Amino acid sequence: MQSQVDNKQVDSGAGSNQSQGFLPCWSCRGPFQVGDLFCPTCEAMLPPGQRNHFDRLGLEVAYDIDMAALDRAYFDLQRRLHPDRFATRTPRERALSQQQATSINEAYETLKDSLKRADYLVHLKGVKVFTEGCNQINDPVILMEAMELREELAETDAPEDVDRIAKATQDDIEDCEIGMSLAFKGGDLEGACSLITRLKFLRKLADEVRAHRAKLGKA
Amino acid sequence: MAILLQIHEPGETPVPHADNQGLAIGIDLGTTNSVVAISSEGNSEVLRDENGEALVPSVVAYATDGSAIVGGLAKVLLLDRPETVVSSVKRLMGRGAEDLKSLAGTLPFKVEPPEEGKSGMIRVNIAGHRLTPVEISADILRALKARAEEHLDAIVDRAVITVPAYFDDAARTATKDAARLAGLDVLRLVNEPTAAALAYGLDKDAEGLYAVYDLGGGTFDISVLRMEKGVFQVLATGGDAALGGDDIDHAVADYFLKQRAEKLGETEISSDEVKTSLMTARLAKECLTDQEDGEWMLDVGGELTRHALDRATLNRLIEPLADRTIEICRSVLEDAALGPGDVRGVVLVGGSTRVPLVREKVRDLFGAEPLADINPDEVVAIGAALQAEALTVGSDTLLLDVTPLSLGIETMGGMVEKIIPRNTPIPVAKAQEFTTYQDGQTAMAIHVVQGEREMSDQCRSLARFDLRGIPALAAGAARIRVTYAVDADGLLTVTAGEETTGIEAQVEVKPSYGLTEEEMAGMLYDSMKHAKEDMALRLLTEARVEAKRNLKALQSALAADADLLDATERAAIDAAMSALESAIEGEDRDAINTATEDLETASRPFAEKRMDRGIRSALTGLDVEALESRNAQDLESEDEKMEEGAA
Repeated sequence: MQSQVDNKQVDSGAGSNQSQGFLPCWSCRGPFQVGDLFCPTCEAMLPPGQRNHFDRLGLEVAYDIDMAALDRAYFDLQRRLHPDRFATRTPRERALSQQQATSINEAYETLKDSLKRADYLVHLKGVKVFTEGCNQINDPVILMEAMELREELAETDAPEDVDRIAKATQDDIEDCEIGMSLAFKGGDLEGACSLITRLKFLRKLADEVRAHRAKLGKA
Repeated sequence: MAILLQIHEPGETPVPHADNQGLAIGIDLGTTNSVVAISSEGNSEVLRDENGEALVPSVVAYATDGSAIVGGLAKVLLLDRPETVVSSVKRLMGRGAEDLKSLAGTLPFKVEPPEEGKSGMIRVNIAGHRLTPVEISADILRALKARAEEHLDAIVDRAVITVPAYFDDAARTATKDAARLAGLDVLRLVNEPTAAALAYGLDKDAEGLYAVYDLGGGTFDISVLRMEKGVFQVLATGGDAALGGDDIDHAVADYFLKQRAEKLGETEISSDEVKTSLMTARLAKECLTDQEDGEWMLDVGGELTRHALDRATLNRLIEPLADRTIEICRSVLEDAALGPGDVRGVVLVGGSTRVPLVREKVRDLFGAEPLADINPDEVVAIGAALQAEALTVGSDTLLLDVTPLSLGIETMGGMVEKIIPRNTPIPVAKAQEFTTYQDGQTAMAIHVVQGEREMSDQCRSLARFDLRGIPALAAGAARIRVTYAVDADGLLTVTAGEETTGIEAQVEVKPSYGLTEEEMAGMLYDSMKHAKEDMALRLLTEARVEAKRNLKALQSALAADADLLDATERAAIDAAMSALESAIEGEDRDAINTATEDLETASRPFAEKRMDRGIRSALTGLDVEALESRNAQDLESEDEKMEEGAA
């Protein structure tokens, strides 16, 4: 452990005071706190560090978020940290800016999408939902729903049928999102996971509807 | 007519200088025409020749000694000595041997496959010279650079260059390489529609959702952006890197040639006939923007034919092309989860948007008259110049762009696994884990592809490399982490490593179509004999900039905490600081670096004292409960830190 910390001192300038929440600035070697974007003394840009996406964008950890506040926080951070602001600086500052902007983009992309946000939130709370939703694959309602709609879609070439399926899918997606909000509010993680799985199926179905429609449009 | 011919005399190559960096220019490097612009204090200006002409035809003529003539004169030579002239070279940027088939017959000059042992980039055979598209583009960029230097009466060595949003990684890299050859440091590659939005939004105070429809000479882009208080956020982008005004010309030229062949009973069409009919077709297309009909003549090899064309016939010839752009618009709107009615306005960019049928189709789709207040030929260069100023001088505006195409990796059976989907905001980094499929497997071939299709052979191949040094484990036990990172220029870097052992195995990326470093070095050597000196100076400049930054940081620290030092310590730091200051004045990079290291050693005790003070002051005033919860949090974050360190 100690030797690793020493190694880091050479690599990134991290000292032995990490346990106090302080790290030395790479530029002036002075102390900064985890979460600082710029060194309080010399104003050098700092590395993004490990923070959860909500924290990074200054939001409460919750499923229901204020989208306008999310955008505001995102734009505000990018204004200060984006590589365009550091185009003529040293290679190290440019690299840090790219890392910061990358972290902010990742946080923003995750939080702005209801499915990704829910997935991330249960993950933060220690639950892992598999990509294909394996942990809920036994849910017969979800399976039936998805299969029926898929079959229906495959069998029809009538635009009005496709429109109806698209509408049904969209309605189900919205129901799912309302359900997720309630589940997270009530602390029902299992319920949230089940809805995440359902939403994954519905999103795929929506993609298929879109592809199907494009095919019909061309034909 | 400007004749732009630039040959560097030995010793006259521009050299960067930290203290005397002049204006950075904006360049729209187009398929048909290129434009250079500058911006100062938010006022942009397109640079014109003595005849007031802003457009520099992207046409290069080569003399037998290899010297280049760019622009209007080269365009004139297209008629007299077509075999010495290259046009539309942008269409070849980043293209490889397997693109030759699709390019066959579309270009009025000879394109040849790459040579054995050289990079996969195709070559143009012109006047007996085999040139890469990168070298030819570099000649155009040199001409634009010369125009700017003449205008500003100063050396210009930094630029923002625009590229089609739909350009793939190979074409972007090729553009950056061309700039390097031309002696230009690319501050940023900006997508053409985004640059246009910047020019337009700032000029018109546009707010809300806008679409930028950009039909240039050889490329089509459509971007949907949200413009808000100086932020230009691209929501989705799409296009076709091989669809543009050139294709309209070809459609009309084919029509003329077919008529001519019938009239003259010809079975073979000569390359002179193709060139002449293309030029005539372009003229006809331009005339039919304002006129309803007209008649044109083809006079080649002593045979003259007359060809009538009216607007309706032109529309019929080009309708499939216009429809294709509309189809792409629809799919981009869907990507952004928007309908045509959600868009507040659509901005037209590119000379080909003057074609009446194109305007009509765009108007029909969006249900509103498209906006073309700013000259569609110049708006992209203006945006590039504004961005060049923003990057060098500073600005409140911010461009947030996305990846135009998905980036993936080939997996078993030639399938593509997408690592970064299209329309992801850049910069972005994403990692994916893979494993071995054979016991004792120690190497893995990694194939990087770009595109939306599911099979790797239907996508664009960007690079292949072998990851070696994987520990010999049972199948499925090794954990290979492949990371894709796209920077703000839209350029991809791929790294790979084995996780369980922490071995970051050696990776060698061989660009499928790009120039190799040796080829690049060779070309740099050929084009400017002083490349080495330039490089040394560049490194010296960088060392100076870094040293100055260090001094500034230490001065801030001293301003805050100088009382921590006793007289001896302070004297040691002051001595090291002045040593570095005088090293900066000198020309010796090693001396600067040594003095920088000495300063770091001298100030280390100071840094430690400052850390202690910082922690003490933070702890004062925290009650016990807060302190405990704080420690718990910090331990958590420390664990994560360690994880990061091992990765």
